[in-house]
Amino acid sequence: MSILIDKNTKVITQGITGATGNFHAKGALDYGTQMVGGVTPGKGGTNVDFNLENGTTVSLPVFNTVREAVKATGATASVIYVAPPFAADAIMEAVDAELELVICITEGIPVLDMVKVMRFMEGKKTRLIGPNCPGVITPGEIKIGIMPGYIHKKGHVGVVSRSGTLTYEAVHQLTSSGIGQSSAVGIGGDPVKGSEFIDILKLFNEDPDTYAVIMIGEIGGTAEEEAAEWVKANMTKPVVGFIGGATAPAGKRMGHAGAIISGGKGTAAEKISVLEASGIRVAPTPSDMGATLVAVLEEKGLLEKCKG
Amino acid sequence: MNIHEYQGKEVLKQYGVVVPRGKVAFTVEEAVSAAKELGSAITVVKAQIHAGGRGKAGGVKIAKNLDDVANYAKELLGKVLVTHQTGPEGKEIKRLLIEEGCDIKKEYYIGVVVDRGTGRVVMMGSEEGGMDIEEVAAHSPEKIIKVVVDPAVGLQAFQARQLAYDIKIPGDLINKAIKFMLALYKAFEDKDCSIAEINPLVVTGSGDVIALDAKLNFDSNALFRHKDIVELRDLDEEDAKEIQASKFDLSYIALDGNIGCMVNGAGLAMATMDIIKYFGGSPANFLDVGGGATKEKVTEAFKIILSDPNVKGIFVNIFGGIMKCDIIAEGIVAAARELGLDRPLVVRLEGTNVALGKEILNGSGLNIVAADSMSDGAKKIVSLVK
Repeated sequence: MSILIDKNTKVITQGITGATGNFHAKGALDYGTQMVGGVTPGKGGTNVDFNLENGTTVSLPVFNTVREAVKATGATASVIYVAPPFAADAIMEAVDAELELVICITEGIPVLDMVKVMRFMEGKKTRLIGPNCPGVITPGEIKIGIMPGYIHKKGHVGVVSRSGTLTYEAVHQLTSSGIGQSSAVGIGGDPVKGSEFIDILKLFNEDPDTYAVIMIGEIGGTAEEEAAEWVKANMTKPVVGFIGGATAPAGKRMGHAGAIISGGKGTAAEKISVLEASGIRVAPTPSDMGATLVAVLEEKGLLEKCKG
Repeated sequence: MNIHEYQGKEVLKQYGVVVPRGKVAFTVEEAVSAAKELGSAITVVKAQIHAGGRGKAGGVKIAKNLDDVANYAKELLGKVLVTHQTGPEGKEIKRLLIEEGCDIKKEYYIGVVVDRGTGRVVMMGSEEGGMDIEEVAAHSPEKIIKVVVDPAVGLQAFQARQLAYDIKIPGDLINKAIKFMLALYKAFEDKDCSIAEINPLVVTGSGDVIALDAKLNFDSNALFRHKDIVELRDLDEEDAKEIQASKFDLSYIALDGNIGCMVNGAGLAMATMDIIKYFGGSPANFLDVGGGATKEKVTEAFKIILSDPNVKGIFVNIFGGIMKCDIIAEGIVAAARELGLDRPLVVRLEGTNVALGKEILNGSGLNIVAADSMSDGAKKIVSLVK
């Protein structure tokens, strides 16, 4: 088991003929993902060939619209690598085509575009992950996004994070300690986004194969605090945290559009204290995310189960 | 992206937001001639820097005649203004806004922001105008009234009316206040603002509703569709290293420590600053080289770090995912050869092609200290710069 995606998920790539979309579609195919087609308006009816690492060649059909692609392939998920000015439109097209899951990797979408997207999605069935995120992986089964697949290991710890590279750091520490992951989800570094920590924590809580969760937050906003309250009230599994940006000055945007301390709100110190008050153990440094989880697993008698 | 007050007022005026008459001046002569042109009984001389708190810091002067204007302009131009937002080093005043004075009856606050919690634009108002709104929020949050805007229809008149009544705008000026708020929202939406703050909004003795100050901040992700706004960028207000970095699509923020950092990914870059601080050091910068860095980009990043005289040592922390460690290693070696490595350099590489990357560094003959982990690297660089 896992959350959001597994080996049976059929995926299309929006922006499959662009350099980035093409590169990562190949990466997904190499990992074993059921990538079944792509969308690039104007290139419908053509095919894209991928020469995979295992020596085989896969030829994927390209469609003009998401609707057509879904009808022809039976895809239930889409991943978006469309350039920022057109990405909001791409998300809405995927939502309109009633896909179950849309993962938007694109970085740099105007925030007011995302405000409109979120309004458009109200009452619709689609779940959106991102934008500005690394994607989602269920190790050993499926990879949708830009994360390096080989650092992952199949297992029972869920990972959810606002930051891409910090997710890789956490996953690497876990894998090096012999602890695998059920799924790793990057929710993205933008202020207005499809899924928040709580949405993903709920899924991990309901997934019988996830025994514990690492939640990696950063400065800006109050999503970590809200998640901590939710964990305290509902979560039946141990959660370990880390908050990046303890040394970031107020008013400066630290790379991510969402990582900014404004009006004295959203500081790391505030977040860490709320997390700890909710029973979430917070790693003192980013180098200790894995070790902190191992310590908690050991205390709860879950370490052997998670190593198995 | 930030712009000056006078530029913000120009933008708002296009949408029908009422602002005082005024003109920008770069010299004392321009200030006097602007004041002459305005011909108002009272003239306000306002320092134009990209920071709030100018009034309290002495950056806003009330002139009763042209001599006053000349004297204040002389005093302010070239002066370094230190406000609670500039940091202790302050900012040099290079531009002034010369504006007509007005008969203020009462001050209010109006702000527009994107609220992450609701994922919507929110307009906030308060009868406590002119004050630091953060203080109002802390001490009397009930005095801040919020309306959430549905992006499908935009701010509606009834919402503006409710807000105007709630912040106690005089009954006979309600319609003017509504017009003001609708225009402000339209400007915010049209120009992709991230913040539009009018503090204070004033009602005058002659019955007008005016934006006495204006702070506009724009979403940098949306600048591609606002060439007119990009032209308002004032490079004098930005750090030279940050400008250089932005040319190469590097995300760089100058800080006041002495350990230069080069990292891939914003989250990891922040966490690298944190771990340096944790082990007793102090980061000189935030620098994210991004996911698709080339050898050239790495070299540029190195140049920018080394151009900071405060930097006593460098910590490179890379988790190569898509970014390959050998590319980073080649960039480091090229930069170090080109620029001459006169300061300690600690490199932590992990991820794709890590063995190849380490080989390149080891074989370079350069004095590079290798680290096994983030914490190992942070400890090493902290001890090397001490």
